[in-house]
Amino acid sequence: MLESQDAKLQELLLQREIEQFLFEEASLIDERRFKEWLELLTEDIRVYVPIVRNVRYDQAELERTKEFKDTCWVDEGKETLTQRVQQIATGLHWAEEPRSRTTHLLTNIRLAEISPDLSDPREVQVRLNFMLYRNRGQVETDFLVGKRFDRVRKVDGAWKVARREVHLDQSVLLAKNLTTFF
Amino acid sequence: MTNLSSLVDLKNGTISREIFVNDEIFKQELGQIFSRAWLFIGHEDLVPNPDDYFVSRMGTDSVILTRDRQNKINVLLNSCMHRGMKVCRYDQGNTRAFTCPYHGWSYSTDGRLVEVPGELVGVPGFGPYYHEKLDKKNWGLIYCPKVVNYKGTIWATWDANAPDFLDYLGDMKVYLDAALDHRDGSPGGSEMIGGVQKWRVKCNWKFAPENFIGDMYHDISHRSVDLVGIGPSGGKGRRDKTIGRTTVSFDDLGHGIIGTLPYREEFPYQETFKNHPEIEDYLKEVYDRRLKNLGDRLRVNTSVGTIFPNMSFHGRQPRTIAVFHPISPTEMEMWRIFLVDRDSPQALKDAARHYYMRYSGPGGMTESDDLENWQYATEASAGHVARRYHYNYQMGMGYAEPVPELRGAWNNGEYSEGNARAYYKRYLEFMEGRDWDGLMAASRAHGEARSDA
Repeated sequence: MLESQDAKLQELLLQREIEQFLFEEASLIDERRFKEWLELLTEDIRVYVPIVRNVRYDQAELERTKEFKDTCWVDEGKETLTQRVQQIATGLHWAEEPRSRTTHLLTNIRLAEISPDLSDPREVQVRLNFMLYRNRGQVETDFLVGKRFDRVRKVDGAWKVARREVHLDQSVLLAKNLTTFF
Repeated sequence: MTNLSSLVDLKNGTISREIFVNDEIFKQELGQIFSRAWLFIGHEDLVPNPDDYFVSRMGTDSVILTRDRQNKINVLLNSCMHRGMKVCRYDQGNTRAFTCPYHGWSYSTDGRLVEVPGELVGVPGFGPYYHEKLDKKNWGLIYCPKVVNYKGTIWATWDANAPDFLDYLGDMKVYLDAALDHRDGSPGGSEMIGGVQKWRVKCNWKFAPENFIGDMYHDISHRSVDLVGIGPSGGKGRRDKTIGRTTVSFDDLGHGIIGTLPYREEFPYQETFKNHPEIEDYLKEVYDRRLKNLGDRLRVNTSVGTIFPNMSFHGRQPRTIAVFHPISPTEMEMWRIFLVDRDSPQALKDAARHYYMRYSGPGGMTESDDLENWQYATEASAGHVARRYHYNYQMGMGYAEPVPELRGAWNNGEYSEGNARAYYKRYLEFMEGRDWDGLMAASRAHGEARSDA
């Protein structure tokens, strides 16, 4: 009995730790501290945002374009993410100049898989819902809402994001561009 | 009908902001241009098998691209003839018939069962309620009378009197071929990478084809990505240099490109994937095949181009097709699909796909800045006072040279607004309501195509 309560407590602490990590990570984007944000990504990070199609109730497998094969909204690693941060820092990246205002809201956070185990968590699959609000100029406003499938990994004692798969709830993207980070 | 001749002043090289923001002019565009011109519908890879369909757009209309059981490609208006409901609300799939979810009218594409595409075959209550007095033959889905599959790209027009697609294209064909043909110079051979990017931009739709038809002048738009460098060969810049780059316009047809003049001897091999040695080996082999396949035949390089009115393409790297669907005077829906050679190694397909996505589309480090410029140019042009004034298209007026190898083609030089002027000349001809004889007379006067072009 006690043992299982300990385990529950441990899981709760881990959940809290990872939530706080993801909140802080999102804050760095919203505060536009992009270089610091890059530090929180593993070298082999993959961010992958498939395109959504309108399909029949029994064709869930066709609903999103396929990883490693099809066109997506975003499919990139650290090199390209770093280039994007450099691009913003030129001060000439008109899509983000003047700066956009963004807020990430992260909710419904669940730890889907802990490896190798709870006593020594080194990699955790996290599922969460998000809203990424962007406002720029006077009236331009985007609401990007969906589910996120993150994998966080402990590197030298600190959590980092190793993978982020984003399922947007839009088939026709209603934002003119995607120049912020999920 | 608004008289546009004072708004599109070709003599002085100026164009009113009104054509980019005005509701009446927008409606006129739908009637005079989008209901008559050849429009890009999609790629045959979207409907590879019999009964496959893909929902596309023509102007503000939803249409269904289908491949029937006889392998014929059709384009149907996606609106039930009974009460207008969309008969298809999926983006793509496979079906023998489209059944309206409102009252159940159903339409078939099977050429063995019906005489015309999308014929009405099923009407609930045809006997008891209609007393068999509904003339089903007259109530099939509206379909495009002319549809063509050109090297995998599907084009259609609502106008039965429209000229054949190849006449409409003229010698712009060689530049489109340069995008669609295999890199080794053999005809066709490109495939579409799965998935269509579709997104909304609050800009007038014409900003995009005008940009891609030959605007070399907007480098400052992309200075940030040029400073960072995103090409598959590393280093600075956003794409490979096109050797001998210039702009060419087809003034009687409204098409144009950034690329090369026609040439007969291939340029030296240029490394385009320096970061991927295994791809370079393959591309070198393709280059050698190209030398053999083309010999001393006429050829061109296309960096980017526009086919009037709303399709643009990148011919080299990236290699993509874009379409600009009008939604309102101040909003468009932009689509992008990406191309690779069907038989190229997976490593090349992967590297190309990643490069295309970091270049183009809403997440593209190049395109994202265009979208910002087009949106706020549109917004600022809609002001009451702003509308009184014209944009300036005077760059390089009077400096075009004919391109002797191509019918009706003009070399405007690397930096010129000659291609944009050609586009709006054609725009005006359509908007004035000229019939096809009037629209095609000037290009037909150039005679037949060369046999080696």
